[in-house]
Amino acid sequence: MLKRVHFKRSILPYVLVAPQVAITLVFFIWPASQALYQSLLVEDAFGLSSEFVWLDNFAELFDDEYYLAAFKRTAFFSLMVAALSMSLALILAATADRVIKGATTYRTLLIWPYAVAPAVAGALWMFMFDPTLGIVAYMLGAMGYDWNFRLDGDQAMALVIFAAAWKQISYNFLFFLAGMHAIPKSLIEAAAIDGAGPVRRFWSIIFPLISPTTFFLLVMNIVYAFFETFGIIHAVTKGGPAKATEILVYKVYNDGFIGLDLGGSAAQSVILMVIVIALTVVQFRFIERRVAYA
Amino acid sequence: MIENRPITNIVSHLVLIVGVLIVAFPIWITFVAASHDAVRMTQVPLPLLPGDQFFINLKSAFVEGVGNAREQSVGLMLMNSLVMALMIAVGKIAISILSAYAIVYFDFPFRMGFFWLIFITLMLPVEVRILPTFKVVADLGMLNNYWGLSVPLIASATATFMFRQVFLTVPDELLEAARIDGAGPMKFFKDVLLPLSRTNIAALFVILFIYGWNQYLWPLLITTDKSMYTIVMGIKQMLEAAEESPEWHLIMMSTLLAMLPPVLVVVTMQKLFVKGLTETEK
Repeated sequence: MLKRVHFKRSILPYVLVAPQVAITLVFFIWPASQALYQSLLVEDAFGLSSEFVWLDNFAELFDDEYYLAAFKRTAFFSLMVAALSMSLALILAATADRVIKGATTYRTLLIWPYAVAPAVAGALWMFMFDPTLGIVAYMLGAMGYDWNFRLDGDQAMALVIFAAAWKQISYNFLFFLAGMHAIPKSLIEAAAIDGAGPVRRFWSIIFPLISPTTFFLLVMNIVYAFFETFGIIHAVTKGGPAKATEILVYKVYNDGFIGLDLGGSAAQSVILMVIVIALTVVQFRFIERRVAYA
Repeated sequence: MIENRPITNIVSHLVLIVGVLIVAFPIWITFVAASHDAVRMTQVPLPLLPGDQFFINLKSAFVEGVGNAREQSVGLMLMNSLVMALMIAVGKIAISILSAYAIVYFDFPFRMGFFWLIFITLMLPVEVRILPTFKVVADLGMLNNYWGLSVPLIASATATFMFRQVFLTVPDELLEAARIDGAGPMKFFKDVLLPLSRTNIAALFVILFIYGWNQYLWPLLITTDKSMYTIVMGIKQMLEAAEESPEWHLIMMSTLLAMLPPVLVVVTMQKLFVKGLTETEK
């Protein structure tokens, strides 16, 4: 990846990489190594001394039913967000790929939620579903459904899933649409000549051919739901009621920053790092495969 | 389109219109709420059509502030967000383009070591190292200021990769020609590479501006001083206050103001946005 024609050795390249490397070392590598180190320690109640305990913090976590519950909850949350958001985006992309008139207008009207901050998206949905005033809550009440996400854990989970999925529709839509545009028109025309209708063409040609995009989006959506939805959870439910919406990232924040359990929080951070690394590896392997497809 | 069947066309448009309506419904409700007065916003059912208080609410939120954050006007929080977003976007682009230039165009010891070091940042989002990073920033005395808000976020593996990709497609002949004309490394960078990567920089800027504007967890950790609140976390403070005294008309006005800048950027610079999104994910 070095250019065939390049500059001779000098001090200059070190100066050029210095800012990036300095920030990486100070704000990324050092804190991450601190998290690794602290995950092996236990502090006493006053924070005066600490003891090296090897992997006890991890063992404790995996014995902790609350942590395991948070793990399952996060998995459920991510899969629901990914499924809901991707299926809506797929339907919209497949129809937008067909229409000629107004295609760009539809695109403009569908992509802007990408720019809305997760916490702000949470505020919008929270307002609509506010138990006393919210419009949707009112309609649900009129239909005889008792809605109160502040008391009912399942409803709270549903609300944060809706808000998170809503925000992610535009991202998925854009990538699905790009994937569909890359399919040669001749394939679809050939199928049409053979008498396949729009639905048949979608399932037999378009859907299999965009499977690399679908897989890529699945990984990206899980990353999003794992890490970027913190704002939604924190603004709307604070992990409640009764921990019903406490996902892993929220638990790290809550145990570490609010509960001040340094060792336990650090051990949770390390587990999250392992998850990010695994997802990144999956994503990069996939990109190699996508290149092979093209 | 392959065949021209009026029925399928109508169905397609219907599906898209329903989709657009679902996506836009929360915003419509927000806009309506922002245009009514406090009294109307406590009567169930809430209105579905806009009222006439929009500009009064706008002025009240912008100048006086809302709820707990009342000491801070929305205008000031918008300003903080803007400074933070610009610092993050410009900072990320600047340090990434320089390091990509060094890695692609210079042969020096530990070149690949630096590359992998930058690569690792991809795997360490703030969310997984909350406490230790906070401690570093606190020790450096960077709490409650713009440097603390932006500098720890500006290392970027994705931006470095993107510029590396762009530089690798630049023909070698350009450097040879520049050399013959007597240009040194910095002149070559400034007069050849920078102009060539102009659209990439713009596309990246759009994505990074949105990224910076929408930061939530980081400002939440390191700002305790109300004068440093960003708008996105300001909204959260307002929601908290709303449990006691709901001022939904003002909260929703602030929400509108909070999403307006990034949404405008996406809609007006759509081409650059799509380019930036697809390029940085590669």
